[in-house]
Order: sequence, then structure tokens, then C-alpha cells
Amino acid sequence: MTRRWTRGVALVSAAILAAGCATTRSQTREEAATADSVEIRRSLAGTPQGAWESTYTPLPSRPVLITGATIMTAAGEELEDADLLIEDGKIAAIGHDLATPAGVETIDATGRWITPGIIDTHSHLGVYPDPEVAAHSEGNEATDPTTPEVWAIHSVWPNDPGFTRALAGGVTTLQILPGSANLIGGRGVTVHPIPSRTAQEMMFPDAPMALKMACGENPKRVYHDRGPSTRMGNWAGYRKAFIDAVDYREKWDEWIENGGEKPDRDLGLETLAQVLRGEILVHNHCYRSDDMVNMINLSEEFGFDVRSFHHAVEAYKIRDYLAERGIGASMWVDWWGFKMEAYDMVPQNIGLVSEAGAPAILHTDSDIGVQIMNQDAARAMALARAAGIEVTRDEALRWITAVPAWALGIEDETGTLEVGKNGDVVIWSDDPFSVYAHADQVFIDGALVYDRIAGLVPRTDFETGILPPGFRVGTEGGSR
Amino acid sequence: MSRATRPAGRFAALAGLIVGLAAAPAAAQDLAIVGGTVHPVSGPAIEGGTVLIEGGRISAVGADVEVPVGVRRIDAAGKVVTPGLFDPVSTIGLVEVDLVRQTRDHSAAGGDDVVAAAFDPLDGLNPNSTLIPYNRTYGLTTVATGPTGGLIGGQAAVIDLWGTTPEEMVVKRGASMQAYFNEGAFRASGGARGAAALKLREVLEDARFWSRRRGAFDRGESRELSESRLDMAALQPVLEGSMPLVIFAQRASDILAALGIAAEYGVRPVISGGTEAWMVAERLAAADVPVILKPLANSPEEFEQIGARSDNAALLHEAGVDVAVSAYDSHRAHAILQEAGNAVRFGLPWEAALRAVTLAPAEIYGVEETLGSLEPGKAANVVVWSGDPFETTSLAETVVIRGRVVPEWSRQRELLERYRSLEAPRPAYGGASR
Repeated sequence: MTRRWTRGVALVSAAILAAGCATTRSQTREEAATADSVEIRRSLAGTPQGAWESTYTPLPSRPVLITGATIMTAAGEELEDADLLIEDGKIAAIGHDLATPAGVETIDATGRWITPGIIDTHSHLGVYPDPEVAAHSEGNEATDPTTPEVWAIHSVWPNDPGFTRALAGGVTTLQILPGSANLIGGRGVTVHPIPSRTAQEMMFPDAPMALKMACGENPKRVYHDRGPSTRMGNWAGYRKAFIDAVDYREKWDEWIENGGEKPDRDLGLETLAQVLRGEILVHNHCYRSDDMVNMINLSEEFGFDVRSFHHAVEAYKIRDYLAERGIGASMWVDWWGFKMEAYDMVPQNIGLVSEAGAPAILHTDSDIGVQIMNQDAARAMALARAAGIEVTRDEALRWITAVPAWALGIEDETGTLEVGKNGDVVIWSDDPFSVYAHADQVFIDGALVYDRIAGLVPRTDFETGILPPGFRVGTEGGSR
Repeated sequence: MSRATRPAGRFAALAGLIVGLAAAPAAAQDLAIVGGTVHPVSGPAIEGGTVLIEGGRISAVGADVEVPVGVRRIDAAGKVVTPGLFDPVSTIGLVEVDLVRQTRDHSAAGGDDVVAAAFDPLDGLNPNSTLIPYNRTYGLTTVATGPTGGLIGGQAAVIDLWGTTPEEMVVKRGASMQAYFNEGAFRASGGARGAAALKLREVLEDARFWSRRRGAFDRGESRELSESRLDMAALQPVLEGSMPLVIFAQRASDILAALGIAAEYGVRPVISGGTEAWMVAERLAAADVPVILKPLANSPEEFEQIGARSDNAALLHEAGVDVAVSAYDSHRAHAILQEAGNAVRFGLPWEAALRAVTLAPAEIYGVEETLGSLEPGKAANVVVWSGDPFETTSLAETVVIRGRVVPEWSRQRELLERYRSLEAPRPAYGGASR
């Protein structure tokens, strides 16, 4: 769901029905090839590779040494007066008094802070872009409660002004998900918030795709007239879909093993089969404790893993289930009361889940929230501590960096400041847990992509020339 | 501030309407909050200051206040003391769960009926709403709660977040008339900006006509009116300038259009929303029109907000416009703290940000005689903070409303206690019992 402050006080905008368009299927070159080995047949069992892969290339970068900062690594350490070297797009060294290699540019960050780039597991930027007009309503293929065949990447409008604002908030990676109208809403995609001509140019290379599923009120409200109209109807819907998926996967496994007549492709079942194979990670909009445990039951019935529950307002009630299975919970600090299943919020939710040892994630689902994730992590930390829940600063930072990286399956590439990881780095003007801190400079893959001080502030095509020059917006962070 | 240019006593005639204090709980305890950094808002900060509270009112504020023997002392050394926070746009008490229709009582305008001026949602106020104690524990003591939607939605009331009946809670009934001059209102009023302007003029024109021909109207010797007799009556204080018209408008040109209509009818406008207000800051300052805004609204969420920017509050303040801050979120009304903090991040002076969540709303709604600052004679709505109230890591440690220390109780707190441990056979049987 998305919430808009302009649509009355705390009113929720209802799911907007989008007109469906027929999917065109075409034979790929791979399919036409001779499938005469197990390897080739296996490569054909999912989406044939190539056409839909990331075309992202990092922006040009030079080696840079950032000196004298307080470095919060999100890997257990907070280093005072320390240096960080980025070379070839990767973090090359972290430590005290690093030598400046010849020809390396230096940034003096004395009195400033450094963190990994922030990661949001739950965004609808691009699929529900600004301005919110009907022509931009791209997030819910609300023509059927089960649509595993749709992909968010095909809806993402790279000109959403929200991307540049997220970047200015120190966010370097976001997962864009379909909406929550459907039981199975389609595939999500992980992107960098860099203005581009196509969404494909924003895709995080080789990041696994997601399957968006939704529990509870939204599907039964949207489909009330045709069903499902109850929670039990919801559960019957997921189970039917996965019964078909198990069948589909078996047919394809049989063909991969033994050859013979190639089964027909089915876009939706192909997605679910990849979930069963563990190649696509399940991200499940699910507020209530009983719904979340039912989803765990479903995953056990069909043999897949849930990577993270989202909007998990009642995660604190079942934090033992989550910790035992290593299932993540993506949570707000304190959104509540917009619907029944969001009524039992406690603002210590993130702290309690984290304390229990389950993967705790702060997510936003918001074009405004995504700009202040550093502040909200600090608020969640302070609220937990005031209730006697011990939270370290590193742990709170991990809620918006390392743990979401894990949830998106990119924890080997990003999410912490460790040698060898991508140069996804933010220099903050102040302690990032302060409401007054600005992201001064943001690097993605070692390239400087945002610089508040120098006025390097990317702008989308949409906002280009849309106001007279005297009313230019977007650079206020640096102009003051 | 620009407010000082207003004729003195402009709100004096309204004093009779301010009924809240009369209903203050008799059990209010005398208190002395001592040793903190006191921000009275009405004057400079006082280090090591004392706020003395007697009979539910502030009786003294200063560095050298003598605390009478026997008065309970609250040690605020190393802490920050401010007036209670005042959210200028809220539906608190009028909603429990947004999507549960039966719990929503803040909107009477709907469909083709875009004028509900006579609607006073206070008749449906729920003093037991869970939103009240929750937000109160964050230092929110007062809100303007009122209608949403339509072109003229109805009347807002100022309430303190304390009391067991609407009568106990209310500070001022009919504190403002709420209007919408935004895309939603244009759609509902005929589908065009001009159509909404026409409708607004028609209603104000009819209200003026009705007041002059009331007798004829009652005898059935008058032309028909566009809206009901009750709406006409409700709009009279707006035409007289004694009740502000809070107009939710976003685009710069819509703000100017709304100001123009207000001027035609002698209406005293307040702009709410105001995403593009910075573009017309000089005009707003010249007309002495305050703006209620959401500092974090820096995205062009609608076409009427193309000029959204993070330093809207700072630019308006620089131009001399009085700024108040709301999160436009009743469940998370306390988020005005984070909103105001972000306004400071983007250039609004800290003192102006504190004023934006205390005295500025009080002045907008004409309750500055009793609320909004720490001054002798005002209601004792006071908060002791662990640090800078806008900081992410600061919390309200003591909240006082009308001289009463508010209990640290809320539904959220009780749920936390219930689930603090999962070791009991069922959490519902473990934890604290009440």
C-alpha cells in the first residue's frame, strides 16, 4: 500500500485497478536451439537469460581516499578518525592513517561520518511514481488475485522524481516491488536510484529477483466481489497456485533430466517454480502474527523459504518463530492504525525482533520515508533503549544496510564497509543518527553520484525545465 | 514576528468561547519543574530555569523563581523544557482505524455535497481513542481536530489531549472553518479550478445574502440558497473575520486565488498544505497569512506540487511568513517533532521551528491567550525532554497537561509489556497485569 498525506489526514489510497494487457510470448533463440544436454535444458527451465538482464554500468570513477572520518562499518565497528580507500569501484582499505597511493584524490572528512549506502527492501518508486496520476498507476496488476507472471521492472518509470530524492537521503539500493492487491503480485527487482533512460539500466547486476506475495486485508478487499473475500479464501488461493507450481516444476525437472518433448512455458508458473528452486526470494506483505505463521506453514507445505515478511507490524509477537528459522522482518518504526491489521503496533517492534536474533530490517514503502531512513533507525534505537532493550549503534545501522542487503541476496556485494565490497558509501555532514545530518556525498560502485556541497544533484527528465529557472528545485540541500 | 502587527485584542472577543480551562481537572497538582533549559517560546531560553505550576496554570517562569514549600519538584537538570506540542491539523478523537468506516467521524462532505460548513465533528469526539494517550506520551498536548474533505469541510476545534468527555477536552469549539482548494476539491466541485472558485464564491455570497435577508428567508420570501440555512449560519463568523478559514491549497496560483477570494469577502485565511507557498512568500507575508505545512513534503506527489522543496519553511520564514508545522498524520501526530527537525536541517531557525509546533498554531486558532508558550497565566501544558526535542534520540520524559502529570500509559505500552517476554506459556497470561 502507499499512503499520501495530501489525500486527507492519514487516509489510505485504495488500490487502483490497472488495465491489463495481454502478454506476448515469443520463442527465444535458446528455445530454438537443440536442447541436447542437461545443462542446456536446465538453462531453459527458467527465464532464458539475456534479454531482461541488467544493463547497468557504474558511472565513471577515480580512486578516492576519504580521511579523518568516523566510520560506521555496519560490520561491528565504529572507527574514530579513520580513512577509507575506494579503488576500482570497490572498498580497498579501511583503517587509521592510510597511505595515499599516488594519484589518488583525497576527500577530507574530518568531523564527518561514513556509513555504507542505505538499502530499502520495500519501495514502489517507479511503479507508483510521482506525480500520482492514473497514468502512473503501475504497481498492481489487479485483474486477477494471482499474477506471478508480471514483473515490476516492466512498470518501473526511471523518471520517478523519488529516485533522486532517495539518493539524496543516502540510499544506494532499493527493491521495487509490485503492490499488495494480489495474493501473488509478481516479481520485484533491485535497483540503484540513478536517473537512467530505462529501468534496466538501474538494475543491480545479478541480484536475485523477488516474488511479492500479500497476506490479509488487501487481497480480500480488492477481490471481495469475485473472491477471495476472506483470509481462508486467501490461503486457498496461495495453495492452489503452488500445487500447480510443484506440478510444473516436476514436468520441467523430468524434461531436464531425460529430454524428450519440451513442456510448454507458463510465465506465472515459471516464476513460482524458480521460487521452489530457491532462485527467487519471497518477500511477503504480512502484518499479523497469525498470517505470518500461516505463511511459514505454506512455505513448509511446498518447500520454499520466505526471505522477509514486510510491514510486519506484529513481528514482535512471533519473533521466536522468525529467529528459529532465520526469516527476516521488514518493519516501520511506528506506522499504525490505517487498517485493522496495523492496529497492534508497538514502536519497539524492530528492537524486539532484533533482540530475539531474527533478521531485523527497517523498510519504508514511502517516497518520504526512504529519504530519512537514517533518522528512523535512530528513532527505533532510542525507543527500544528507553524500554530496556539493548541496541548498539552498529546494530541499528545494520537495520538499514547489512540486513536488507541479506534480504535482497546481495550481502556479498554491499551493505557493509568491508574490503572487497562495492564502493556504496555515504559521507554524512554529522552523526547520521541526528535529524540534522545531511548526506553530503554518495558513492555507488565507487562513483560519486551525489554531492550536496558541490551541487552534483541528479535530476530526472520529468523535472527538467518543468518550472521557470527562478523556481528551480532540488538543490536546496547544498544551497543553504 | 509578523503577528505583532495584528490589532491588539483581536481575539479578545473570543475569550468567552475558551471554555477548556474551566473544566480542568480539579486534582491538578502544584508542580515546580526546576533546573532545565527552559524555552518559553515567547521569550529567550532560560538556563537552569524554573516553571512553577499552580492550580493547573503556569504561575511563574524564570531563573530565580522561588518554589513554595511543599510543592512537588521535578528535576529537569540537563534536560529541555518546552510548552506542550500543538498539532494544527488533526483528526484525533475522530478516527480510530482509517479503513474501518464505523470509526471514522471526520468527514461529512461527500459526493456532490462539497459544502458542510455547519458540520461540527466535535459532537462525535471519542475521548477514549487510543490515539490520544499514544501521542501524548511523545509530548503532544493539544491539537486542532476537525473535518477533512469537500470544498468547505466544517469546523475544527482545539482540544487538549486530556479529559474523559469532549467538554473536558475542548479548549475552543469552532476554532476554524476548514476548506480545501486542491485537486481533490476541484474534482468534487465540478472538475475544474474555476468551478471550485465559483462554488466557493456562491456559498460565501449566499451566506452574506442570508445574513441580510434572514427574516425574509424564514418567511419564505427569499430566493433559494445554494446550501442549507445551517451552513449559512455557520459561515457568519468566517465572513465577520472572527473565525479563520483554513484553506488547504498547494499550487502557488491556487494559493493566490484562495487569497483573492478571501479578500473579496473579508475572510481571514490561513494556508494549509502550502507546498508551493515559498513561490508566493512575499504575497503571504504582505497579507499576514500564516502557513501550516509539512516540511518533509519535498516530492511532486501531485501536479499541484511540482514546486515542492525541502526548504519551504525556511524560505517562508525568511520572507516574514509565520509558519506552523503538521505531519498531517493523526496516528503519528507526534511526527511533527521529526518534521520540525527536518525544517531546521533545511534552514529554519531552531526557535522558529519550536514556535511552529507551539505558539504559531495557538495564534492561528486564537487560543494564544491560554496556550502555546510558557508564560504566567497560561494553561500548564509543559514537556520535559531528555534532550533537543527535535532530535531522533530524544524522548518526552514528563508531560504535563493543565497541571497534571500525564501517566506513561498507552495501548502500545501495554502491548509492549504483554509481549516483553515470550517465556510465559502465553504472553496474554504473563507480563504485567492491570
